Amino acid sequence: MKLHELTIQQASGLLQNKEISSRELTRAVLDRIEAVDARIGAYLTVDAEGAMAQAEAADQRLAAGNAVPLTGIPLGIKDLLCTRGLRTTCASRILENFIPPYDATVITRLKAADAVLVGKLNMDEFAMGSTTEHSGFQVTRNPWNLDCIPGGSSGGSAAAVAADMCLGALGSDTGGSIRQPASHCGVVGIKPTYGRVSRYGLVAFASSLDQVGPLGKSVTDCAILLDAIAGHDPKDSTSVPEPVPDFSDIATDGLAGVVVGIPREYSTAQGLDPQVGRAIEAAVKTIESLGARCVEVSLPHTDRAVAAYYVIAPSEASSNLARYDGVKYGFRDKTQSDLMQMYRSTRSQGFGPEVQRRIIIGTYALSAGYYDAYYGKASQIRTLIRNDFTTAFESCDAILSPVAPTPAYPIGETLDDPLTMYLSDIFTLSANLAGIPGISVPCGFSDAGLPIGLQIMGRHFNEAMLFRIARQFEGEAGINERKPPL
Amino acid sequence: MKISKEEVLHVANLARLEIDDADVERFAGQIGTILDYVDTLKQVDTAGVAATSHAITLTNAFREDEETGHLDPQTALANAPEKDEGAFVVPKVI
Repeated sequence: MKLHELTIQQASGLLQNKEISSRELTRAVLDRIEAVDARIGAYLTVDAEGAMAQAEAADQRLAAGNAVPLTGIPLGIKDLLCTRGLRTTCASRILENFIPPYDATVITRLKAADAVLVGKLNMDEFAMGSTTEHSGFQVTRNPWNLDCIPGGSSGGSAAAVAADMCLGALGSDTGGSIRQPASHCGVVGIKPTYGRVSRYGLVAFASSLDQVGPLGKSVTDCAILLDAIAGHDPKDSTSVPEPVPDFSDIATDGLAGVVVGIPREYSTAQGLDPQVGRAIEAAVKTIESLGARCVEVSLPHTDRAVAAYYVIAPSEASSNLARYDGVKYGFRDKTQSDLMQMYRSTRSQGFGPEVQRRIIIGTYALSAGYYDAYYGKASQIRTLIRNDFTTAFESCDAILSPVAPTPAYPIGETLDDPLTMYLSDIFTLSANLAGIPGISVPCGFSDAGLPIGLQIMGRHFNEAMLFRIARQFEGEAGINERKPPL
Repeated sequence: MKISKEEVLHVANLARLEIDDADVERFAGQIGTILDYVDTLKQVDTAGVAATSHAITLTNAFREDEETGHLDPQTALANAPEKDEGAFVVPKVI
């Protein structure tokens, strides 16, 4: 097996046994980026020099014999996590030249674990989109079919992992932005419980929904990454001081005694592709064959989740993005001599159309006379959706569903039809509204050879159950042994 | 629900955005469609339901009132599009 094709778990073993060095591994990943990224467009910034220096330092720690599982492992980072001294753009022209003076807490933790940060990965601008076509710089292509979207907004992260251009990556998930691209690219991705991972240094989109999480080639790799980044952070007031179990120490028992819920409402969801439906049915049967028991559950407010989400997220975005005014950092239109005109011109030139559309929707929803009808109402519906899950989890340990209603679709298909793109988040965004964790694990392929993902959702702070089910399923299904034809 | 071109321009101005004439009509159509969809929320009975600001039960995050590190002025100004004598420069407002 080529070095760039290794999983984190495999590479870590080889590094610690001194069979390979981090310099060799990092060089192999950089060469892979050089060989294939011109066709995929996953990276916005590759820090080859910095990565080799980090690999050198990791090798010294390995030689000293005090390595941890991520020591010397090359990772990619979604370009909305602040990296000190390394350009962080959020895939937006307005932050094109921004060099953060500090690291996000998750980056500090990865550096403390001696991981090698190879570069920054493309995304929909400010994480607004489900296709990675809404980047201010480039479109990322799906490694399984270069004419298709990789999903979004963490499309660069998912594509880079799928195409072996890093061993694992960090993304962020506001309405499905880790799970949906993981599903479309045939990798594993987990959105942890809201508050499980620090958001300090994550450029904010919708603060009450955003959560950082890992994408990897296997369930165990995601657990290793979550082990490194999870935990309370006093710098984030929404970070929860909850104990963090050792996620990578996942029970290898079968699933005897585990009860999984199948939501009645999801089987009748609008636009569910029959190929996805069949793949999920087969996955449920596999999970049953491993010892789990299936029960039907109900999430009665599912059909309101998209509408509630598309009030809450744009409202918070319109507030968070007010900071981009051309004064403190980022792009400024220097041709304007009037302050107000400078603001307007800077923001209109700096933000792309999807971001401007959401800022306008959010500003409208929060404007005088509309707040109660839109944001207030959507916040009440969030309560109902959270209560639906609480009730459902009284009769099951985890809930199974598709991740996305269809496999990846052709680039350009929803560019002029934002509502259709928004509706494609139907299975994922309820977990963000309810704050619960969700994992996407590959479960099959469409007739056209595009990956399909299974979503497993769990109770608040019970990521361990998701890892347990996903790992057992992965071991049985063996789907992620197949590689994209690059 | 229709949103007029004038409303789009008014809200864009509140958000400090400038929208080309060519884009106003397209935005009005797309936003109208999205607001029509969002308006279905009104059909849900939410009487007596408390609103949530996020889904986790977490109230107050206190820390000791101690002085902590901060960015030095040079670092804070490092990304400024225009700066002078330790300050951000903006177009004249008076």
